[in-house]
Amino acid sequence: MSCCAPGAELAAELGGAPSREEVLLSSRELGGGLMQTDLAVPNMHCGACIRAVEGGLARLPGVEQARVNLSTRRVAVKWRAGTVPPLIETLATLGCPAHLFDTEADKGDPELSRLIRALAVAGFAAMNIMLLSVSVWSGADAETRQAFHWISAALALPALLYSGRIFFRSAWRALRHGRTNMDVPISIGICLAFGLSLYDTVHNGEHAYFDAATTLIFFLLIGRTLDHVMREKARAAVRGLVRLSPRGATVLRGDGGRDYLPVKEIAPDMRILLAAGERVPVDAVVAEGRSEIDCAIATGESVPRHVAPGSALQAGTTNLSGPLVVIATARAEESFLAEMVRLMEAAEGGRARYRRLADRAAQLYSPVVHAAAFLTFLGWMAATGDWHRAIGVAIAVLIITCPCALGLAVPIVQVVAARRLFESGIMVKDGSGLERLAEADMAAFDKTGTLTLGRPRLAGQEGLDPDALALAAALAAHSRHPLSRALAAAGANGRAVPHLSDISEHPGLGLEAKAGRDVYRLGRAGWALDMGGEEGGTVLSRNGQLLAAFTFEDTLRPEAAEAVSALRGRGLRIAILSGDQAETVAAAAGKVGIEDHAGGLLPAQKVARLEALAGEGRKVLMVGDGLNDAPALAAAHVSMAPATAADIGRNAADFVFLHESLSAVPLAVAVAREAGRLVRQNFALAILYNAIALPVAIAGYVTPLVAAIAMSLSSVIVVANALRLRQGRAPKPHRQEKPYRPAEARQTVELPG
Amino acid sequence: MSSLVFLIPLALLLGGVALGAFFWSLKSGQYDDLDGAAERILFDDEEERQDDRSRFNKND
Repeated sequence: MSCCAPGAELAAELGGAPSREEVLLSSRELGGGLMQTDLAVPNMHCGACIRAVEGGLARLPGVEQARVNLSTRRVAVKWRAGTVPPLIETLATLGCPAHLFDTEADKGDPELSRLIRALAVAGFAAMNIMLLSVSVWSGADAETRQAFHWISAALALPALLYSGRIFFRSAWRALRHGRTNMDVPISIGICLAFGLSLYDTVHNGEHAYFDAATTLIFFLLIGRTLDHVMREKARAAVRGLVRLSPRGATVLRGDGGRDYLPVKEIAPDMRILLAAGERVPVDAVVAEGRSEIDCAIATGESVPRHVAPGSALQAGTTNLSGPLVVIATARAEESFLAEMVRLMEAAEGGRARYRRLADRAAQLYSPVVHAAAFLTFLGWMAATGDWHRAIGVAIAVLIITCPCALGLAVPIVQVVAARRLFESGIMVKDGSGLERLAEADMAAFDKTGTLTLGRPRLAGQEGLDPDALALAAALAAHSRHPLSRALAAAGANGRAVPHLSDISEHPGLGLEAKAGRDVYRLGRAGWALDMGGEEGGTVLSRNGQLLAAFTFEDTLRPEAAEAVSALRGRGLRIAILSGDQAETVAAAAGKVGIEDHAGGLLPAQKVARLEALAGEGRKVLMVGDGLNDAPALAAAHVSMAPATAADIGRNAADFVFLHESLSAVPLAVAVAREAGRLVRQNFALAILYNAIALPVAIAGYVTPLVAAIAMSLSSVIVVANALRLRQGRAPKPHRQEKPYRPAEARQTVELPG
Repeated sequence: MSSLVFLIPLALLLGGVALGAFFWSLKSGQYDDLDGAAERILFDDEEERQDDRSRFNKND
């Protein structure tokens, strides 16, 4: 066994492993009769886990090779085409619950290796040139200096062409669209520094700025690479979460046979077999069977809905208790999910309009610097009439003000902030998200699954007969229904219970068991009390006599009320926008202390509310998890989603938090605000540096040595300032809690059957 | 001065070789799983080989 063992008890519960067909569907062919399946195994932590996982999988018949990637918490399994090995089941027994990972979603990261290669070339050139420059500065004779300049030029050229490309391309893209960004002054500075130095080298000049040009590229690329690494890490972690939308479904053919078809190929009027625990792949109508449907993720309703033949089902909801045969009424692209995607695309206006802080700074910065350089040129021309001297000084102005510090001011702070949040289980998917979060002045929460866990809990436990409760718990332990689980968890009080036998589960109704001659029933009141009606409520009965009635409430997320008051303390207005019934919303709102709440909202109405708030000038942070929240997450100024959220919601959100506690929200706001403050400080430092350097440069006192010292110093100061970020630093301000385990979090929404 | 004529090209050549080695290691995926590599170094070689052999025999 491995140190992943805490998951061992969960492994038994993980009966809901994807079917063989689903595994096959998400595998890819490697040729030569080999197939590759990628699995995400979030619980792997150490070398022992690697051994256990690789060894366990390799021992399976048909498996050729299993290779763990511990950094991404993934395992790639190569197996011989034919029978699908029981990969996920095997991992579950090893205590490392796994889930399928889309191979297409992970095509490596070409951008990262491009950045790292550019960084390596720039580093190589910068260090060698610096080495030569030191001897030039310490007073090499003219002949040696000249030789060194030529070698430097030869080294700087590839760095400029290969590593500088990254800035040139981005600058060109901005210019072509009539905008300017930070890369424009950077590119101009680098190119002019190189051009002037080359000219001087050819003409036996004394000064060359090859070192300045290459170190500039090197420093800026470090910032850029770190920024990319951090963001990619967060995105990979989000991609590795359990996929909630189904890949395919079992379709019943006319002749009684079964096909497992991908969701895309399901057409209206097909009959689909939906086992308990499976998600509805497309909008459909129930044809046979009775069950309960969990709509929490689709509409925000916390109470499961009973369905019987004729009931309509929305794509994305989960079948809880009994098998159903349903008839598809729409294609995947016309289903509920697709409608949400369309709403999202329509809503994504506000965020696209947002301009990054650095770009706004560049917009002010480049005209000032370029005008200063041009005026310097004119001034020196007028004063001396020596155009070479005038151009030299003007370019020195550009080089020394070249925004090395300014280019690092934002990314470095954001890297530090994103890293802090990552350690607290909050994934930052986009740097601009941090800037937007710092501006937020209002937070809108969804209820089901966001303020609450979407996991029912037994209410009013004190008023119940302990014996009846113990009996109900013993009976409930035999079912995976969410209410049964809540009962089983709450009722295990150690009291003696009669020996139960012949336990059976009646889908949509409840559980039945015998103890001696008595028949116990736990479930819907109408059925358990033999009244034949459709009365709701959960009761325990003996031979049709009521023993106890149970009521359930949704569990609030840990520290929900604290999080809300912490946000309020930071000056944010709080509201609830929920799709659930108004009374349930009001009850939850009362508990966490939110006055402004609205229930029964449709997805489009949530978006409309957010747009109305944006119209008032509010910058709203939307926190939501359901399919119905996805358009709102896209429409809000900035958005956050828990890891248990629907796939499209996770993709739409700027932040995803992995832990259960809602304290992630105020922590993220605190870090974002402090990051914003540090960025502004960094800008102030950069401006201060320029205010000192500019007059020196205009006066013509800048030599390559002065430039190198000044620029390096300003960069170091900016980076050091970024490291002062206090929020989120260990010891963490929020309570230490269990690491997020998808299998555990999943049991509330996806009941393995 | 005369020593510089071959020392500097030599230094650059060595640096270039290191750069090439880095590119090669990057391309061959040696930086894909840094956390995993840190753990794998502690694995017992002997056991690993036996594992490989048994796997090989099984596949035969």
